[in-house]
Amino acid sequence: MLRGALRFGLGPGLLGRRLGTHRGGSTLDWDGKVSEIKKKIQSILPGGAWSPLCDTSHLPPEHSDVVIVGGGVVGLSVAYWLKRLEKQQGAIRVLVVERDHTYSQASTVLSVGGIRQQFSLPENIQLSLFSVEFLRNINEYLAVVDDPPLDLQFNPSGYLFLASEEGATIMENNVKVQRQEGAKVCLMSPEQLRKKFPWINTEGVALASYGLENEGWFDPWCLLQGLRRKVQSMGVLFCHGEVTRFVSSSNHMETASGEKVTLKRIHEVHVKVDHSQEYQPVECAIVVNAAGAWSGRIAELAGIGKGPPGTLQGTKLPVEPRKRYVYLWHCPQGPGLEAPLVADPSGAYFRREGLGNNYLGGCSPSEEEEPDPGNLEVDHDFFQEKVWPHLAWRVPAFEALKVRRAWAGYYDYNTFDQNGVVGPHPLVVNMYFAAGFSGHGLQQAPAVGRAVAEVMLEGRFQTINLSPFLFSRFYLGEKAQERCII
Amino acid sequence: MAAPRASLRLVAPVWNGGTSGIRGLSRAVDPEGSQRKGRALLQFLADRFYDVEAVRGYLLQKQVLKVLQKNRSFTYIKERYGPYVAGASFILKQGGAVKFQDKEWMRPNGRGLSGELWKLREVPVEAVDASGCAINYQGLDNLLALRELQSLSLRCCPHVDDWCLGRLHQLADSLRELSLAGCPRISERGLACLHHLRNLRRLDISDLPAVSNPGLTQILVEEMLPDCEVLGADRAQSLKLGPEEQPRDTASSPIPA
Repeated sequence: MLRGALRFGLGPGLLGRRLGTHRGGSTLDWDGKVSEIKKKIQSILPGGAWSPLCDTSHLPPEHSDVVIVGGGVVGLSVAYWLKRLEKQQGAIRVLVVERDHTYSQASTVLSVGGIRQQFSLPENIQLSLFSVEFLRNINEYLAVVDDPPLDLQFNPSGYLFLASEEGATIMENNVKVQRQEGAKVCLMSPEQLRKKFPWINTEGVALASYGLENEGWFDPWCLLQGLRRKVQSMGVLFCHGEVTRFVSSSNHMETASGEKVTLKRIHEVHVKVDHSQEYQPVECAIVVNAAGAWSGRIAELAGIGKGPPGTLQGTKLPVEPRKRYVYLWHCPQGPGLEAPLVADPSGAYFRREGLGNNYLGGCSPSEEEEPDPGNLEVDHDFFQEKVWPHLAWRVPAFEALKVRRAWAGYYDYNTFDQNGVVGPHPLVVNMYFAAGFSGHGLQQAPAVGRAVAEVMLEGRFQTINLSPFLFSRFYLGEKAQERCII
Repeated sequence: MAAPRASLRLVAPVWNGGTSGIRGLSRAVDPEGSQRKGRALLQFLADRFYDVEAVRGYLLQKQVLKVLQKNRSFTYIKERYGPYVAGASFILKQGGAVKFQDKEWMRPNGRGLSGELWKLREVPVEAVDASGCAINYQGLDNLLALRELQSLSLRCCPHVDDWCLGRLHQLADSLRELSLAGCPRISERGLACLHHLRNLRRLDISDLPAVSNPGLTQILVEEMLPDCEVLGADRAQSLKLGPEEQPRDTASSPIPA
C-alpha cells in the first residue's frame, strides 16, 4: 500500500528526475539503507542514545556527581570504593576521565609491581597492610558474575633491605615500628645472611631486614583490568578525553579572626575529546585529582598555587613527573628461586623475573643526575655506569649478565617529602587529591582509594588516619618523610 | 613483568548501561570461559536484569561465606584446652586426620569429636593429614599454632594457594615432611617461599596444575632445598612417556611389523 502511495505521489516530472539520477550512476545500496534505518529506530526507542538536536554519543555525559581525573590504579580504586561505600545503590554518579586508553605512559603498568610493609611511617605501613589484604582477597572484592577469577601472579618472596653501619640504627627503629603495626619482618646479621642467601656479598652490610609474609611483587596490569571490569559493572562511566579547563566560582569570606579568605568551588570540568577541538562541559559536584605524574598540571588548571608565594593561595601542589629506568637482564648463574627483592644501600635494587634466570632491576638517580622527563626514552649508559657496578659488587654472579630489555616509567614525585597527598584542598573546597606517591602508588592504591572515598562520603578518615598526608602540610611546612636507610 | 603491552581492545563509551561492553572486555581476556553452554541462559538474563545479577551475586557471596565459616578460629577451645587440642579439633571438624605424639591416628567418626581429645591438652601434635579439606589462609592460623608439627599433608586442598605457603615459615623449626600434591591453586611462585623450611626432608609437589613448567620448577626447588627429597613431576612425566615406551612391546602387539 505504501508503494502504491509512493507511485501516486511521484508525478511524471519527479519520475523523470528519478530516472535521471539513476542514469547518473548513484547505486541504491538497499542493505546499507535498511541497517541504517534499523540503527536509527533502535536509538530512538527508550534506552537508546538518541538526542534530537545533535549526536553526542562520543562525548561524556553533561552531569556527573564526581569526576575522577585519571584512570590509573589510584583513580579506579577511588571509583570502586565510592561505589562500594555509597549509602544507596546508584546514589552517586561517577565519571572517570582518562586521556590514554592504551595506558602507554601510565605509571601503573610500567611499574615493577612490588609491595612491601617496610616503611618508617605507621600510616604507610597500615596502607600497605590493607592493600595486601585487598590483593589476597581480590576475587571477593572484585568479583563480577560470570567472569573468570583474577590471577594476580603474586610472588610472596619478600623484600630484603641491606643497611650499612650508618643506617643500622635507623633500620632497627623502623623494624620496631613495623612490628608494632603488625608487619612480619625479621632482622638478620651478616652471618645469617650469608647462610640463607650464599650468593650475596655481605661486605659493608651491617644489618638486613627481611619481610617474611605479605611482601613480594605482582602483575599491575591484572589489577588494573580487574578494577576496570568491576567498576564498569558497578555503573561507573568512562570517558576518553583530556581535562582542559575548570570553571569555578569564588566566595569571599572571613575567618573567625577577621582574615580574608577566598574559597573556590569548581562547577564544571571541560573535557576535550581526542583528536578534535570538541569539548564537553561536565557539571560536577566533586573533582578527584588522581592524574599521577600530571597531577601538578591539573592542580594548576584549578588555580592552586596562583597567589603570592608564602601564602596558602600561593602554595602549589609539588608533584612532578620523574623518569625512572627499569632493566631486564639474563644471568645464567644468578640467584635461584628463593631470591627476594634485594635493595642495596647504594639505592640499586633487583628481583627475579620468571623461572629462566631473568632479573629486573634499576636504581634511583641522585638529584643532579635526574633524567629529562619529557619522553620515555631509555638511557642504557645509566645501567652500565650507575646500576651494574653496585649490583655486581653485591651479587658477584651478576658480573656476567646480558641486558635483554629496558623501559622507562614516571614516578609522580612529590618534591616536598616523597609521600602521597590525600584529601581535600583547604581553599578549592571540592577538589580532592590522591596523587604524589613517588613510587608507592601501586602498592597503596586500594587503601588510598578507600581513604579518599571515606573523606568524600563521611567527611573524615575512618579506617586509616591519613591526616599527615593532607595538602595543608605544604603550607605549614610539616614534612611527613620516610626515614630511609642510606 | 610489566613491560609495555599491546593495548587491549579500546572500550567504547558505556555510560548508557551497555553491559555488553563488560562481557566484551572479559571475552577478550578469557574467550573460552564465556562458552559454557549451560550458563548461557543465566548469563543472558543477568546481562539484562539487575535483579538476576543481584541474586547471582548473592549466591556467589554465600558460597564464599560458607568457606569462611568453616575456617573461623577456635578461640574458645584454644583458651580452655590449649593450641594443640584447638588445632586438632579444627582439622577433625574439616574432615582430616590428626596424630598426637605417641598415639595413633585420630580420624573423624560420624558422631562428632571423641571424648579423649579433651584429655590431650599437653600432648603436641606430630602429624596432620588435611587432604581435601577446605582450609584457607584464615584457617591456617589454627595449624600454625602447632609448633611441634613434623608432617603436614595438604593434598588436593582447593583453597590452599601461594599466600598460604608464604605463612608456612612459622613451622620452619619442626616441619620435616610436606605434601602439596594436587592443589589447584599453588604455582611456582608460592613454592619459592618454601626455602624457609630448612628442616624439610620430604616434599611432594606432583600434580600441580597451576605450575607452568613442572620439570624446571622441580629442578629449581631441588636447588633451593638441597637437603630435601623432592617428589615432583616425575610421576606425571613418566605417564606422558607411555606412548614412546610402546615401541619396546612391538613383539607382543597384534599389528604385524
